[in-house]
Amino acid sequence: MLSTEEISIIALSLRVAAASVMFSVPLALACAMLLARATFPGRTLFDAIVHLPLVLPPVVIGYFLLVLFGKNGAIGSVLDQWFGVTFAFRWTGAALAAAVMGFPLMVRAMRLSLEAVPSKLEWAARTLGASRWRVFLTVTLPLALPGVAVGVLLAFARSLGEFGATITFVSNIPGETQTLPLAIYTLTQSPGADGAIMRLCALSILLSLAALAASEWINRRLQKRLGA
Amino acid sequence: MIEVDIIKRFGATRTGQSKAALPSIEARFSSDARVLALFGRSGSGKSTVVNAIAGLVKADRGRVVVDGETLFDTDRGVNLPVEERGVGYVFQEGLLFPHMSVRQNLLYGANRSAGGTGTSIAFDAVVQLLGIDALLERSAPTLSGGEKQRVAIGRALLSKPRLLLMDEPLASLDTGRRSEILRLIERVRDEFGVNIVYVSHSIGEVSRLADVVVVMNDGKVVACDATETIFNRADLRPYTGRFEGGALIEAHAVRHDMKYFLTTFKFDGGELVAPGVDTPIGARVRIRIRARDVTLATARPQGLSIRNVLEGTIGPIDDRGGAIVEVHVQLAGRELLSRISRQALDEMGLQTGQPVFALIKAIALDKRSLGFTA
Repeated sequence: MLSTEEISIIALSLRVAAASVMFSVPLALACAMLLARATFPGRTLFDAIVHLPLVLPPVVIGYFLLVLFGKNGAIGSVLDQWFGVTFAFRWTGAALAAAVMGFPLMVRAMRLSLEAVPSKLEWAARTLGASRWRVFLTVTLPLALPGVAVGVLLAFARSLGEFGATITFVSNIPGETQTLPLAIYTLTQSPGADGAIMRLCALSILLSLAALAASEWINRRLQKRLGA
Repeated sequence: MIEVDIIKRFGATRTGQSKAALPSIEARFSSDARVLALFGRSGSGKSTVVNAIAGLVKADRGRVVVDGETLFDTDRGVNLPVEERGVGYVFQEGLLFPHMSVRQNLLYGANRSAGGTGTSIAFDAVVQLLGIDALLERSAPTLSGGEKQRVAIGRALLSKPRLLLMDEPLASLDTGRRSEILRLIERVRDEFGVNIVYVSHSIGEVSRLADVVVVMNDGKVVACDATETIFNRADLRPYTGRFEGGALIEAHAVRHDMKYFLTTFKFDGGELVAPGVDTPIGARVRIRIRARDVTLATARPQGLSIRNVLEGTIGPIDDRGGAIVEVHVQLAGRELLSRISRQALDEMGLQTGQPVFALIKAIALDKRSLGFTA
């Protein structure tokens, strides 16, 4: 049914999206918690920086990633020398680009659900002897879980569709950085590939629908468990 | 034993506004009462004070000491975090964890590592006293208001607090549930020996429960004294309320009338008959007699349904020129307040020092005006 090429494109896209989401969840949770609960100087600026990828042209983000995380970039060179982690022109770079672009969406959804947890419930937990950490793990996070899950799935769906930052940062290398949108783009550049393009487009729609359906399903299940 | 001496100012100080102009809370009191009530109108600063004791609000200056342990002291740089203060808290809204069962809620604080008294309070004893054994496996959001508040009290108790704070715990309940929960709080106090700081704007609740009352107004402590003294003090009437005004009397149960379901209480100034209550003979009780429930007569009345006729003398008469006057009635060292119309005062020619009969309907002494102490 699917050609080996198509399968490898989808596998790569899923791998990139999964990795991008997995590594951004802890950071996104921390940022969402900071924005939902803490007051500190520079809060507005911090909020703006978190949201920047949502409004900046993706190509700008891609270029900055190239400058910072390229082989000779300020961060990229250190990671390369000390940890042997390379982002430039690798699938890990595609995951990084997708993570950055999906970050604001994830933080937004998490923050909204964290804000919906009454802080007085956290007070109650602390008067019962629970440390801040225990309160977060046993009260705040479980109650915010539906929103957190929605944030994760939104970012996952967004990662599947990431194009601009990815192609700028890690180029368009078949089998390494050529995810679904990049493969479609490549096909549009060659004549007579309309059939192949339609097949990939259909796959793309299916994947996105599946992600949305999963998000809805998880959200319902969690809401039910919370008795809401 | 609790000692509080705190100052807390609200609002921004950066805008050049002078500090003195900002609303502030200043509270200083100490007491070893079993139940200390913080009493005052809403907005008088009561909740800020309990939150400062719990550590949920940080005072600008001062100290909080409970049973010899310093929880907060700006001079010594002590500010224990909430979870290490060992102070239980029952909130107005109950605040049960909605994603947990009743049992999980109750056990949430049971393993607290720091702060608590260490006195073990048995799970079963708490569950039994509060009557919540049938609710244990229910999920918290399915409970009614009264049930939630019972569980909230149990949850706080099981965290073995050295002090239990209660902020308007009855405010979100209907009248029937209120007296039920009040009775439970009395039993918690007596059976678990935990000291309570009780915040309320209700004279009924405070006069029933408290040993010592701190009256707050506009962020300041107006008075701190024994409950009887506070509610019998005329100068505090603006805070304790004219409509709700009355006298508090310490009495004890002497007999039950099984035929008519009445209970008789004895106090220094005589005996009082009230609708029957389930309490052992000899049990001490504090009865609140509202001034508007006391009628005066110059002769012992005949053919009246009123059960309680007490003989006394008229004390000071508080006449402010309006429709209503307040007459103090002295009964062998005890004092009752009676609120009558000024017209009645004049027509009856009542004078200080004159003998008088104070009449109180038995049914005016309902469960809500009786407070039990062990």
